Amino acid sequence: MSTTPLSQFSIPLLMGNNLNGWSEALVGFNLLGLPLGLVILAAIPLVFIALYSLTYGVYGERKISAFMQDRLGPMEVGKWGLLQTIADILKLLQKEDIVPTSADKFLFVIGPGILFVGSFLAYAVLPFSPAFIGASLNVGLFFAIGIVAIEVVGILAAGWGSNNKWSLYGAVRSVAQIVSYEIPAAIALLCGAMMAGTLDMQKINILQSGSYGFAHFFLFHSPIAWIPFLIYFIASLAEVNRAPFDIPEAESELVAGYFTEYSGMKFAVIFLAEYGSMFMVSAIISVVFLGGWNSPLPNLGSLALNTWTNGPIWGVLWMISKGFFFIFVQMWLRWTLPRLRVDQLMYLCWKVLTPFAFISFVLTAIWEIYVP
Amino acid sequence: MSNTTYTVIFYLFAAITVCSAAFVVFTRNVIYSAFSLLFTFFGVAALYVFLSADFLAVTQVVVYVGGILVLLLFGVMFTNSIMNPGQKSEVIHLFPGFILLVGMIGTMLYTFYTSNGWKATGTTLQGSIVERIGYETMSHYVLPFEMVSILLLAALIGAAFLARFDKREN
Repeated sequence: MSTTPLSQFSIPLLMGNNLNGWSEALVGFNLLGLPLGLVILAAIPLVFIALYSLTYGVYGERKISAFMQDRLGPMEVGKWGLLQTIADILKLLQKEDIVPTSADKFLFVIGPGILFVGSFLAYAVLPFSPAFIGASLNVGLFFAIGIVAIEVVGILAAGWGSNNKWSLYGAVRSVAQIVSYEIPAAIALLCGAMMAGTLDMQKINILQSGSYGFAHFFLFHSPIAWIPFLIYFIASLAEVNRAPFDIPEAESELVAGYFTEYSGMKFAVIFLAEYGSMFMVSAIISVVFLGGWNSPLPNLGSLALNTWTNGPIWGVLWMISKGFFFIFVQMWLRWTLPRLRVDQLMYLCWKVLTPFAFISFVLTAIWEIYVP
Repeated sequence: MSNTTYTVIFYLFAAITVCSAAFVVFTRNVIYSAFSLLFTFFGVAALYVFLSADFLAVTQVVVYVGGILVLLLFGVMFTNSIMNPGQKSEVIHLFPGFILLVGMIGTMLYTFYTSNGWKATGTTLQGSIVERIGYETMSHYVLPFEMVSILLLAALIGAAFLARFDKREN
């Protein structure tokens, strides 16, 4: 297994081709003594979230759901309705910013903000490319699991601040769901961390690189790795409130859950946070189990597909396309499966996923010790 | 990162921590003080990062924000007359409170002056902290670690027993 992931075939950029080269170059960038590089470093994931939720998140989801239900989806604005999202954004920007009179104004306003910060903070440790990561922490994976806790407080603030029974019900359901599903999710990721022997996101990626492409990914290391992979995927659906676990915003029971009272840009921020966490969990699962920015193509003799398709720029492509694949699966499930009841949800978490997560944890430990 | 940036960020987080902690104590609305605790915990986690204790910082967020704060918020939401901001405790112990305050500040200052301040050691930390914490927990501190595990298990069993569905009542 090689430990130098950067091939010589990638385009050498000004900022260098080393591990974390781009982000380190950005950190050192000062304009007039002001640390502008740090701001740019944080702005890159922000722009990414905004662009991706506009194009793939909103337009893509509407089109995908339409095709799954044998419809056409948005068709009126522009060719194939391509400008529909722009029109929606213009509408959201023009809307009056309504704060209900009986709402708790401070919590109502601050709720979406905390929610978005919670989902955005995890992007600090997502390795977008071998040369780019916001902060190369040695506790990166733990940070990514733990920071979701801030989102919980944002949801409670939004639900309580709205002073609406549906909102409060939605918030309480959502918090109960996120807090419960954190346990199987964390144990499943711990299996991945055990296979890697580190919590550093970049090191986890480097350990999965090699000339055989996908065969080096942790998912194909041992047959046991499939159990934590599936458990984490199911638990991550619940953590981002996606169907079949979307009971916090169950339209038929709670109108729209904790964001019933929100309109205009506050609503947009809540949706941005939701799309942000969707990509976040998809990126985490692809880093831990599917090699992150490593190319899945193997080297076939002289046809060195793996060597050609690795490098900082290719890394961005692989990382984002792996993330987008899991988002596609999330959308696919949303338009396929019916919603679970609250008691079924808790049953699944505590009596099915958690015991299986513990079993896979023990099995992974045994595999790591006795199988070389 | 330049030194000035470092200092500015440090004082920003210190200010967030102190101001939100003061807000927790002085606000008359219980729910605001519970939400304000979020910023206090977050600021303390950031200060841990400045002490290069990354693991402790993340643990702070997971345990205090993810666990204790959410529990506290649920508890506050169940509180009677939560919307009434003018609540006052019936018992006010001014004198014991003052003694406690003086004692705590005295102990902290005593520790500060007898341990030569908080001087940084000359050697910087090498390698990953997580591994060292793991080794120390599993070797040197294995007895306290196991004792805490048993305590938590007992608490868990107790909670499950209290929350158990009682067949006789229905």
